[in-house]
Amino acid sequence: MYVADSRAAASAEPAARPPAGRRGTAIAPTVLALGSVSLITDVSSEMVTAVLPLYLVAGLGLSPLGFGLLDGVYNGFSALVRLVGGHFADRGGGRHKTVALFGYGLSALCKPLLLLAATLPTIGMVLAADRTGKGLRTAPRDALISLNSTPATRGRAFGVHRAMDTTGALLGPLAAFLILRATTDGYDAVFTVSFCVAALGVLVLLLFVPHRHEAEQVTAEDSRPAPAQETTKDSRQAPPRPTFRSALALLRRREVRRTTVCALLLGLATVSDSFVYLLLQRRLGVPDQWFALLPLGTAAAFLLLAAPLGRVADRLGSWRVFLAGHAALLTAYGLLLSSWHGSALPYAVLALHGCFYAATDGVLMAAASTAIPQELRSSGLAVVQTGQALARFVCSIGFGAAWTAWGDRTALGAATVALAAGAAVAYAFRPTAPTPAEVVPA
Amino acid sequence: MTTRNRLLVLVAAVVALAAVATASVLHAAARADRRNEAHAGGPMVTAGRVTLPAGVSDVPRHLVFRNMAWGPHRDELTTVPAGRPDAPRTASGVKCLRFYAASGTAVCLRAERGAMQDTYTARVLDSRLREKAHYALPGIPSRARVSPSGRYVAWTVFVGGDSYAGTDFSTRAAIVDTRTGHLTPTLEGFRVVKDGRTYRAADINFWGITFAADDRHFYATLATHGKTYLVRGDLRTRTLTTVHENVECPSLSPDGTRIAYKKRVKGLSADAPWRLYVLDLRTLHETPLAETRSVDDQAVWSDAHTLTYALPGDYGADLYTVPADGTGAPHRLTKAAVSPAYL
Repeated sequence: MYVADSRAAASAEPAARPPAGRRGTAIAPTVLALGSVSLITDVSSEMVTAVLPLYLVAGLGLSPLGFGLLDGVYNGFSALVRLVGGHFADRGGGRHKTVALFGYGLSALCKPLLLLAATLPTIGMVLAADRTGKGLRTAPRDALISLNSTPATRGRAFGVHRAMDTTGALLGPLAAFLILRATTDGYDAVFTVSFCVAALGVLVLLLFVPHRHEAEQVTAEDSRPAPAQETTKDSRQAPPRPTFRSALALLRRREVRRTTVCALLLGLATVSDSFVYLLLQRRLGVPDQWFALLPLGTAAAFLLLAAPLGRVADRLGSWRVFLAGHAALLTAYGLLLSSWHGSALPYAVLALHGCFYAATDGVLMAAASTAIPQELRSSGLAVVQTGQALARFVCSIGFGAAWTAWGDRTALGAATVALAAGAAVAYAFRPTAPTPAEVVPA
Repeated sequence: MTTRNRLLVLVAAVVALAAVATASVLHAAARADRRNEAHAGGPMVTAGRVTLPAGVSDVPRHLVFRNMAWGPHRDELTTVPAGRPDAPRTASGVKCLRFYAASGTAVCLRAERGAMQDTYTARVLDSRLREKAHYALPGIPSRARVSPSGRYVAWTVFVGGDSYAGTDFSTRAAIVDTRTGHLTPTLEGFRVVKDGRTYRAADINFWGITFAADDRHFYATLATHGKTYLVRGDLRTRTLTTVHENVECPSLSPDGTRIAYKKRVKGLSADAPWRLYVLDLRTLHETPLAETRSVDDQAVWSDAHTLTYALPGDYGADLYTVPADGTGAPHRLTKAAVSPAYL
């Protein structure tokens, strides 16, 4: 796994001492602690995800098709939950850890409840509560990562976190499989172990992520590397009070608005993962038994590239990497549309797909953090995340409808054109603030 | 708290949680031993030879099903005389999750233990339960059928979503021609005719194929936009035509005039939404059957007037019968059994 070495290639200008760091390029212990929490929690949640279909069909004898109805309803709800979580995390001078704890705790408590729920509606409710926990904690967690890194190391901090997170996602199904292998109908054991793992994640958060982060070194308005001093106030205006209104007023700030609009535009042309795998399967006739392994390809590429691309984002600027990530996705679409039928195609598409996530997922949060004042960090990140998630949801619906009307190739062609157009607009419209590590502003 | 104390708390918690986790795994592992002992009061099961009569006869002579009773023969195909369903069971040694047979051809959907994950296969078996062909399945087995002549075999599997706490499931219904070995992996390649027009949708799912006696036509459930339809399929023209709304897991009567099926009845609780109905294909008249519990199974016609189906029970599932004309009352055929076939 990733080791935070302090002998890494120093950026052009060492920024201010990170709040808890030893050197300008080191990853703060708090970020590593948050990464560990995510890794552990993902092991726990992916264990359940991996066995849930089997449990429903083979363990309980249910027809899981009734579940489809829950998904649509839940998408709108989870957007709301995310904004609420972000808002509460900013109140009282920053309760990011408290809200994150609540979210992780709620998801952990859902695991033993799965043992008691034996009907579709009750299982649906438990899963909804589980995802509510996930929605609540996402923005505060990302806010904590940004508050515990300097603008010059932020891309890398997010990259390391995302790599750890994905590691957990890969280990979870493996753990679940080993337990099922060692037992007879061991779903109860999977849920119990999953709960123990989730509880451990909550405990690591409680013990090793400090409540109070030291104030950031560099504020949004001051993009030059700041001297090592503590500035809690915005140099030009009073710090905004965390209310719902001020969270939305963030969009009046040019940088935040541009960031959100870019994420929205590109999200509208980001075809959901399951469609990508389906297209790949149709193009290549991937045997059905391999279909379940396709997401692992994306995850592996994401895992390997997240930290290096985060570092590249620190050096060259978040937006360049963010747009390059979409270029990778565009290339993947192009490969799916092309007539090339080589045996390397699935590897190439999945590598590009993972590269897209590595260059955009954490990088967008790093870029957004630079534009959002720290008093509103969680709310602001929640606004950007929600905008992106809703845009992707709209794209899913549109893509499904286009697939129905014109077939998969035409639908993907339309998505490719939309993505290219979105990327062009985003390039013209990109936030202009140079990242602190940038030597020459673009 | 100092770092040292934090680490101490962490180590203590890891030890405690690991103990709970280990105990739960050991408890579930020991279950195998407990379950391998036959329970007193459960059905008698003994190993023996099981063969499937190849001829079509009017009188069902044997009932073959997956035995759910605890003990060394759990999940094996077992047989009893059709007239004495509670007689001691003869176990074949062949394990299946789902099973069906007709005219000497059987289909067995089973789990295969892999090194990294379980996979599922469909095995086509002959009258002595020997394997003739096998096919990899893309998901978890749900339904299985053989055409009355024994030529065609069909199955349905659930393909699960892969999102976080994913709940987006789809189904795939496949047909195999045992004479040529040709596999139709999913009905999604067939043309759907709905209300007289070709219908396309990305969210189409099919499940629960049931065959007519002519080895050309079949019926199945089509689901799209939150509704289900009975469709009549034609293997020659590769078309599917909608017949009736709100029909799931259809089962065609031996004379080909009626469909027994699960109907989603309004006003019932969400976890028990179905009732058994019979549809007259000529008049499209629906008859509710006397079973008042929610049935989640593709019923089997034990003769022209009776249906057999599974309901949840102490061992997982029990078999029941009910008259197909809406009269009478359900009656328990035998405990600890699922996936019945009359031969």
